[in-house]
Amino acid sequence: MPTAGADATRLTRSEKTEPLLVVEDLKTYFQTPNGLVKAVDGVTLSVERGKTLGVVGESGSGKTVLSRSIMRLNTAGNVITHGSVTYNGEDLLAKSPRQMRDIWGVEMAMVFQDPMTSLNPVVKVGRQMTEHIRHHLGVSKKDARDTAVELLRSVRIPEPEARFDNYPHEMSGGMRQRVCIAIALACGPKMLFADEPTTALDVTVQHQILNLLGQQQVDRFMTMIMVTHDLGVVAGRTDEIAVMYAGKVVEKAPTKQLFADMRHPYTEALLRSIPKIDDPKHTKLSAISGRPPDLINPPSGCAFSPRCPYAQPQCFTDTPPLGAAPTPGHQYACWFPVGSPEGKDAWDKNLEAKRPQTMAAAGLVNATEELAAGAVVGG
Amino acid sequence: MAGSGKAHLRPSDETLLRVEDLTVEFPVGGGDVVHAVSGISFDIKRGETLGLVGESGCGKSTTGRAILQLPRPTSGSVYLDDQNLASLKDEEMRQKRTDLQMIFQDPVSSLNPRRAVGEIVAEPLEVWGPKDKGQQWDKVSVMLDAVGIDPDVARFKHPHEFSGGQCQRISIARALVMEPELIICDEPVSALDVSVQAQILNMLEELKAKYGLTLVFIAHDLAVVKNISDRVAVMYLGKMCEVSESDELYSNPAHPYTQLLLTSIPLPDPLVAIDRELQVDEGLPSPINPPSGCRFRTRCPYADDICSRVEPQMRRVTDDHFVACHHPLIDVDEVEVTLNT
Ligand SMILES: Nc1ncnc2c1ncn2[C@@H]1O[C@H](COP(=O)(O)OP(=O)(O)OP(=O)(O)O)[C@@H](O)[C@H]1O
Ligand SMILES: Nc1ncnc2c1ncn2[C@@H]1O[C@H](COP(=O)(O)OP(=O)(O)OP(=O)(O)O)[C@@H](O)[C@H]1O
Ligand code: SF4
Ligand code: SF4
Ligand SMILES: [Mg+2]
Ligand SMILES: [Mg+2]
Repeated sequence: MPTAGADATRLTRSEKTEPLLVVEDLKTYFQTPNGLVKAVDGVTLSVERGKTLGVVGESGSGKTVLSRSIMRLNTAGNVITHGSVTYNGEDLLAKSPRQMRDIWGVEMAMVFQDPMTSLNPVVKVGRQMTEHIRHHLGVSKKDARDTAVELLRSVRIPEPEARFDNYPHEMSGGMRQRVCIAIALACGPKMLFADEPTTALDVTVQHQILNLLGQQQVDRFMTMIMVTHDLGVVAGRTDEIAVMYAGKVVEKAPTKQLFADMRHPYTEALLRSIPKIDDPKHTKLSAISGRPPDLINPPSGCAFSPRCPYAQPQCFTDTPPLGAAPTPGHQYACWFPVGSPEGKDAWDKNLEAKRPQTMAAAGLVNATEELAAGAVVGG
Repeated sequence: MAGSGKAHLRPSDETLLRVEDLTVEFPVGGGDVVHAVSGISFDIKRGETLGLVGESGCGKSTTGRAILQLPRPTSGSVYLDDQNLASLKDEEMRQKRTDLQMIFQDPVSSLNPRRAVGEIVAEPLEVWGPKDKGQQWDKVSVMLDAVGIDPDVARFKHPHEFSGGQCQRISIARALVMEPELIICDEPVSALDVSVQAQILNMLEELKAKYGLTLVFIAHDLAVVKNISDRVAVMYLGKMCEVSESDELYSNPAHPYTQLLLTSIPLPDPLVAIDRELQVDEGLPSPINPPSGCRFRTRCPYADDICSRVEPQMRRVTDDHFVACHHPLIDVDEVEVTLNT
């Protein structure tokens, strides 16, 4: 590979043990005519070198804004950002836009959901790649071309010399996403953000793109944040998962731990609501009542309380902090966690009181009642 | 016969819809033709849900629209009960369309933003239903109620005042208000958030039981399709690969393409091993110039000489499981079953 990635063996000891990225109490608010949108509302997380963090959550939970905030890509005039982002020991939020330009591509890069929006439709893909490479690495035209062709080969595009002269529309969706990955990898970034990199693709293509990302990550010892709404995508491909709800991380755990012992009612609801391929046809799904929260006027207390099957009076007034579970690396923000005696009591109490959200989660109501429950709680 | 066989069709007196040798071609510039759907056959019993799956561009939406004669297919027949829709005159077809309704992927853009919800749901009635506004509203409010929308609250509100999931429920109410024989759902939950998907799927199941609905359910998510369908048809590049009762298809796929789809699904379980083998992206074959013989052969690990020369025909695996492949993954009847109609 002509471009150098990070190499685990070259790191000093403190570099090996310190996380590459540390985010502390990050807040990103947008000023809008309707009020302040609290898109990211106090996120704390860290990612260790060479590891993959999955960020999951429903639409609007703040996944994209979070990753763009970390990379300082939220440039709109209506943004307010607070908190700290430490990358490789440096405070990113203190950097000037000029300094950030030296970090983009070389230190951190991003792969977006829709390759068509990140590729220029009227410029041949090869030229888009060489411009990017020359801009960041300052190499000759010839070297940039060789590098680009090598990159296309490394992302498994057949006949890369010929494909070099294709326009984006002459390629399949999967090929275009491979090109985007190649561009993101061109300057050997140490950290890669992949924001729903396969959501627009067919499952067979998705599978291959995820394999490609995984392999490139190992080869280059990259650190990765993979954003998705699909728990299936992160299950087999991440070391850790952060679950977001209403701009906050509500649970974070090593991947296997999360699936084996999830504590947050939202994580549980998310997993239960998706149809499973192994369930027989017509299996009744456990729906989440109500609607996603309003980020301008979020519910008081726990943001999930209007929809939560476990909610108790305390939940509507007190915001639960992200606290540590007994197992290392596992954190959750909930007063009545799943699998705890308090959680079980809360569930039983709600079931006895016929709380619609609990009845829906338990599959004890029909769909119309389920929807009516949503109307009551969600407006 | 250019099609892929009809061994999987059931006696015509048992089915509500019967599609035979359906072909849809779109002329594009330079004398080229997009072979969007190429001689497919399938049927649906009354009260049944048929799932239609396959990757983007394989012809699912084109098939759904061709049932409604939108546009009219290049060739082939579409029988609703005994009537061949392809032979109806335009005016007769317009009348018939009240029996056939379609629900689209993007609920928000399929609802007129300038009209109130009460009017939107009443739209089909304005042309074909009772002329009396009071009678119309009675029907509309029953349907809104059935999809979990409070009729009195929603009546004078506009679509933008509702969430995506609610808009999809409103468009379902609109489809139901004419009491159609068949509803074609084209990716009705694909644009919805995972947390809302389950509500819609549960609701469709219930409406189906309540009103005896017959559904064609188009989607690319195999788990969603399995959940809602009685029978599933797998399409690839304008052709039918495999048709089967749902549970059987997912536990015993016979077509290499179905198997590829199933092994590609990311499972929400970190303990399941993933095949991490890297493959070169050859690109997908083009519907303008589809491969000869079996259209899947350029991606099929089992392809051999016969696959490039002879198009595979539908053959029986079990009574309710059929596959069009020269080298299926499970044994099939060697003798081709032909059905007299
Ligand atoms: N520039 C902006 N101005 C105002 N609000 C914004 C802006 N950008 C994002 N938001 C809001 O911030 C919230 C979080 O959005 P974000 O795109 O991060 O969600 P997401 O979790 O990535 O969702 P999806 O799964 O749909 O991509 C949303 O409510 C969104 O409408
Ligand atoms: N009006 C048209 N003119 C030309 N080509 C068309 C037209 N409509 C569809 N096609 C082509 O026909 C093929 C089948 O398209 P269709 O929309 O039916 O696929 P699909 O299976 O519904 O895909 P998706 O999952 O992306 O919705 C595609 O190659 C498409 O580009
Ligand atoms: S139990 Fe209470 S704190 Fe926990 S998720 Fe539910 S509402 Fe929030
Ligand atoms: S007919 Fe041949 S190429 Fe087609 S799916 Fe079967 S084995 Fe593969
Ligand atoms: Mg996003
Ligand atoms: Mg379609």
